[in-house]
Amino acid sequence: MSRTASLYTMCPDADAAQQTVDALLSAGARSEDITVISSEPFDRYEFGQHEKSTFMPWVVVLGAILGGALGFLLVSVTTKSYPIVTGGMPITPGWVTGIITYELTMLAAILTTLLILLITAPLFRWKQDPYDVQVADGKVLVGINPQEDLRDKVKEVLKACEERAERGAVS
Amino acid sequence: MTKTPDQINHDLINHDLINHDLLRPVARVSARFFLVVAMLGLVVLAGFSAWGYQLYSGIGVAGIRRPVFWGFYITNFVFWIGISHAGTLISAILRLANAGWRRPVTRCAEVITVFALCIGAMFPVIHLGRPWVAFWLVPYPNQRGLWPNYRSPLVWDFFAINTYLIGSITFLILPIIPDFALCRDKFTGWRKTLYGLLALGWRGTQRQWHRLETAMHIMAIVIIPVAVSVHTIVSWDFAMTPVPMWHSTIFAPYFVAGAIFSGIAALIVAMVFLRRFLHLEEYLPSVCFENLGKLLLLMSLLWVYFVFAERLTIWYGNHPAEVSVLWLTQSGPYRYLFWIMVACNFLIPFPLLAIKKLRTITGTCIASITVVIGMWLERYLIIVPSLSRKFLPYAWGTYRPTWAEITITAATFAGMALLYVVFAKCVPIISIWELKVGMREASESTTSVAAVSRTRPTASGRGEHGTVAGVGFNKTHRVEL
Repeated sequence: MSRTASLYTMCPDADAAQQTVDALLSAGARSEDITVISSEPFDRYEFGQHEKSTFMPWVVVLGAILGGALGFLLVSVTTKSYPIVTGGMPITPGWVTGIITYELTMLAAILTTLLILLITAPLFRWKQDPYDVQVADGKVLVGINPQEDLRDKVKEVLKACEERAERGAVS
Repeated sequence: MTKTPDQINHDLINHDLINHDLLRPVARVSARFFLVVAMLGLVVLAGFSAWGYQLYSGIGVAGIRRPVFWGFYITNFVFWIGISHAGTLISAILRLANAGWRRPVTRCAEVITVFALCIGAMFPVIHLGRPWVAFWLVPYPNQRGLWPNYRSPLVWDFFAINTYLIGSITFLILPIIPDFALCRDKFTGWRKTLYGLLALGWRGTQRQWHRLETAMHIMAIVIIPVAVSVHTIVSWDFAMTPVPMWHSTIFAPYFVAGAIFSGIAALIVAMVFLRRFLHLEEYLPSVCFENLGKLLLLMSLLWVYFVFAERLTIWYGNHPAEVSVLWLTQSGPYRYLFWIMVACNFLIPFPLLAIKKLRTITGTCIASITVVIGMWLERYLIIVPSLSRKFLPYAWGTYRPTWAEITITAATFAGMALLYVVFAKCVPIISIWELKVGMREASESTTSVAAVSRTRPTASGRGEHGTVAGVGFNKTHRVEL
């Protein structure tokens, strides 16, 4: 879905948001132009299904492998750099190397998860998308950055959805 | 504005009510809060003063003498690292198991982990006597040619505890981000600015929600083996040394079980106080205490099993040095502490938790307080008697804690309470968005009629692959057809 949206409407709940999204799609809008903002995840709704595929777990696995390799190198390079006389015994036996490698594998997995979240969410972007504090009250924002030829049609759809929501609220 | 938990669960979610109730402790600061902070702060200050005195006078002001070089400080270290297992481990397991009742509990638990780890990790530094050389533990090349000895379990501790601390902080922070955004939207003035910065630009797009949930799921998977490894490695601090009753293969699982045991107890105590003083009766329902009480009962039984297995093996083996320590604790000078420990960890909590009528909030709280006391005694009895009766009689000795050690120990408990109180004043102590999700799911799954009425326009049929609420949506779909 889009990262910048110029038109939006506030829906009273997720069902109304889904109706609005469906109406926008029926009007010819592209799903990647629509943004839905809510105060809780709605991944069981259709609009929550978009952009669900992520490579995050695989990057975390890769990060973990790199962290493990770093841990192994840390121990083995230390052993080579500071060859203490141990009478033929290993300075850092395999058991010990395994423990350090394991801990750094896990640490790398944690840090990679955090990093990928910050990048792909994305966070640290304070000026983007329309936003309305009514989201905090449970309302769902449906925003769209329409193509120019659809702009008027989209406005009509959003207005109709708003009116429908108002009627629902009154009834 | 008050509702019973059942009403909350089965009504449509009232966002205003939930926001109001759970942001209230953050929004308002009472005189009582400052009084509590001042009292706890004084105890913490006393602890720092005692530590300062120890630094000025030398480690001799502590009671640790040859051969008992590990006393209160290492007891506290093991105890607090154990308490830290409350949060992240329990929270991660409950998240992966998708236990619905976990939602109000997880943040209370995760906070305990972070603060207990910070406090626990202080003790090796306090114990050093010369904390200004603590950085020697960090692996870095230097001109002295000193690299840490990787064969030392204390270096393993460094890696394990730091990994766990970073993981626990991450695990705590991730689900707080949307709640910071909520605070940003609800507060005004400097608070809005502050929470706006802490929210990291969170808006609540479906992409953000999905990435956050994926990250939390990965963290839950990663943090469980890390948590287990931490207390395993702490146990190896003991088990790797040929000291009577320490050099045992049972120590790792015994320590992990004990850590979870004490962690659950600490969590229950914290929740009872939160419930009482922040007026969260509606959001921390009795079912949370009931279920945590059952877990505590299970861990109590497991603890008895481990203690019995450990002691039976030593008694049957009849190694003179080990049996000497065994009888020292069971019928010697440490017998009072040993039997108080057994009472606190089993004899008192067992009936309170096993009998349904007694497994009330008060009952589980009493049981938990005794378990916390009992588990501290257990750590003490693992460390001190073994060191005071080593293999040869010339290495026998005694240990008596001094006022400095006792003050610092008391200060850590006050410090934990202080950090917790301040945190609960700055951050919603219950994950608001997770609670709303839980309530929505509960109301959708239990009230199919309501789900039918909340029809979802899926004229295009695109919604078939996603259910609104399991049963509810399927019925909706059939109605539409």
